[in-house]
Amino acid sequence: MIALEPWLRERCRAGRKLLVPYLMGGMGEDWVEALQAVAAAGADAVEVGIPFSDPMMDGPVIQQAGVHALDRGATPARVVGALASAELGVPVAVMTYYNVVFRAGHRRMAQSLRAAGVGAAIVPDIPLEELEPWAAEADAAEVATVLLVAPSTPEPRVARICARSRGFVYAVARMGVTGERESLGNETTEVVRRIRAVTDAPVCVGVGVSTPSQARAVCEVADGVVVGSALVRRLLEGGGPDAAGEFVGQLRAALDAG
Amino acid sequence: MSASARPPADAGSRSAAHAPAAVMGTPGPDGRFGEYGGRFVPESLVPACMELEEAFAAAWADASFRTQLASVLRDYGGRPTPVTQCARLSEELGVRLLLKREDLVHGGSHKLNNVLGQALLTVRMGKERLVAETGAGQHGVATATAAALLGLECTVYMGELDTERQELNVFRMELLGAEVRPVSSGSRTLKDAVNEALRDWVATVDRTHYCLGSVMGPHPFPYMVRELQRVVGDEARAQCQALLGGADPDVVVACVGGGSNAAGTFAGFADSGARLVGVEAAGGAAVSDGITGVLHGMKSLLLQDEEGQILEAESISAGLDYPGIGPEHAWLAASGRAQYDKATDEEVLAAFRLLARTEGILPALEPAHALAWVVREAGRSIPKGSTVLVTLSGRGDKDVAQVRELLASGDSER
Ligand SMILES: Cc1ncc(COP(=O)(O)O)c(C=O)c1O
Repeated sequence: MIALEPWLRERCRAGRKLLVPYLMGGMGEDWVEALQAVAAAGADAVEVGIPFSDPMMDGPVIQQAGVHALDRGATPARVVGALASAELGVPVAVMTYYNVVFRAGHRRMAQSLRAAGVGAAIVPDIPLEELEPWAAEADAAEVATVLLVAPSTPEPRVARICARSRGFVYAVARMGVTGERESLGNETTEVVRRIRAVTDAPVCVGVGVSTPSQARAVCEVADGVVVGSALVRRLLEGGGPDAAGEFVGQLRAALDAG
Repeated sequence: MSASARPPADAGSRSAAHAPAAVMGTPGPDGRFGEYGGRFVPESLVPACMELEEAFAAAWADASFRTQLASVLRDYGGRPTPVTQCARLSEELGVRLLLKREDLVHGGSHKLNNVLGQALLTVRMGKERLVAETGAGQHGVATATAAALLGLECTVYMGELDTERQELNVFRMELLGAEVRPVSSGSRTLKDAVNEALRDWVATVDRTHYCLGSVMGPHPFPYMVRELQRVVGDEARAQCQALLGGADPDVVVACVGGGSNAAGTFAGFADSGARLVGVEAAGGAAVSDGITGVLHGMKSLLLQDEEGQILEAESISAGLDYPGIGPEHAWLAASGRAQYDKATDEEVLAAFRLLARTEGILPALEPAHALAWVVREAGRSIPKGSTVLVTLSGRGDKDVAQVRELLASGDSER
């Protein structure tokens, strides 16, 4: 297992901007190949969704990917099992919703991630106040729990979230759900600035980052970007691993040029 | 509570602070009812929930807000609603049956009690728009009604399947000035409408209040909606005592979808000796068939599979088709203070017809579940001669066409 935080910090120190593509586990026959293509095309880590029937944080594109995955019989065990043998060469974070974790059991989920070499988890509907039952087991299994800071998060809370976040701090670019956006506003810069003020951990911006030029613009203030819907849409449109790899290559090039 | 902050006597005002803290009192800042409840929402929504918690606490402690709400409920909503003694049906069942008549509230159900409170709170918070989810359309219609009354914008999310099944309610909401957005994600029913309303709220929280329709969702909704519905139980308690020479009914029964009419009813009787019974649809019985989990911001009992995927509830009453139950009900069940049972579609149809014929009242299919349970249990777990209060949460006009179809298909099967 590659531990997420030291790996990302090392790359930041080397002056590299971080690229964390997201795709939904089980969303198509060739999702593991797509993930491998994405990893090979310049991702610094990958984020993999474990589908949930009621994804509150997600817009239409990722919702649809989740429906496909569930229709194809994706389960937490199958997605995590596939990750165990995917040989990606970069750290993996899973993203899912709390009921999936709660149903499996905190300890069982944390240990199964650990056993599969998954070094991090993002569970957006566990707020700071409710985190401990999960985070204690995740810490024990050395699975990093990445926490989100939103544009609406008030100042003292930002510091508390950053202190408890592991791996990196996930800056939510805008109020709303996942999905591609034409432009990102001041609130993105502002949330990154407020996170920076209280932590030296890597800060990656996600939710709405859709194009190479947006990724580059965001990385003028942030350490990296998470790109989900824009990649998932290409896969839903039948692009396959090649198109996924090509898109991630474009993102990489834009970040390296910046 | 200071004298000036004491709510007016006519506001349905046995406030939570006076009830024993353990039974239907005020939850702590973590919003828990025992193990259940909480606030499981993405970080973007946490500040909005906190703002709402504070705003509601301040409003609820403010006598002028209570007075304002009480007068709108009276002059616009038609409160207080009566308690009706059912002479003929009592005779037939061998128990003394009383109905709390929420079917007589403006709009035809208890939903308005909650919605008027939340809409006034929205104005007080300086917000100008309401979003709501709806299943059958009752809560959507109520929200659209309150929005029209107070000059608020209103968007209602409704599962695509439900917009087809309940076309007339879609039109009603539009007549009332609301925009109805069909939800085509997931199972295209109530739970997906809740998801979509939450998604809207995350993006528009600056100017929008999410007017949730039952005692569910993240803290403070389960508590707030129960407090806004407790007027049902508080009125009924006083009315029963007047009728029964100071005594309480032996059994208090209400149907449970998310559980708002039941929570409001039970709140009035929590510190009485009455047996409290919630009745769920057999096809959506979260207490009997559910497992503890987290959905829509709350930890509660949910219909779900081995992997934690949420299952769908299915019955003849769209208003009860929710795969979960409000967290306070999960706790009332666990603690034993209330008991939950279910009624089948056949029992419900029979009870619907029975009340129509014996009392001249068409109940909504939802409270027909509560009646069906009484019909089944009278002389069994309800001893003959007991006094039973049923909350008749809504009128059946919305269900007449469906009942006609069901009866016709039942006849043709025979
Ligand atoms: C008349 C009526 N009763 C009951 C319900 C169920 O809601 P709750 O359990 O929150 O009272 C509904 C929901 O639409 C309803 O319309």
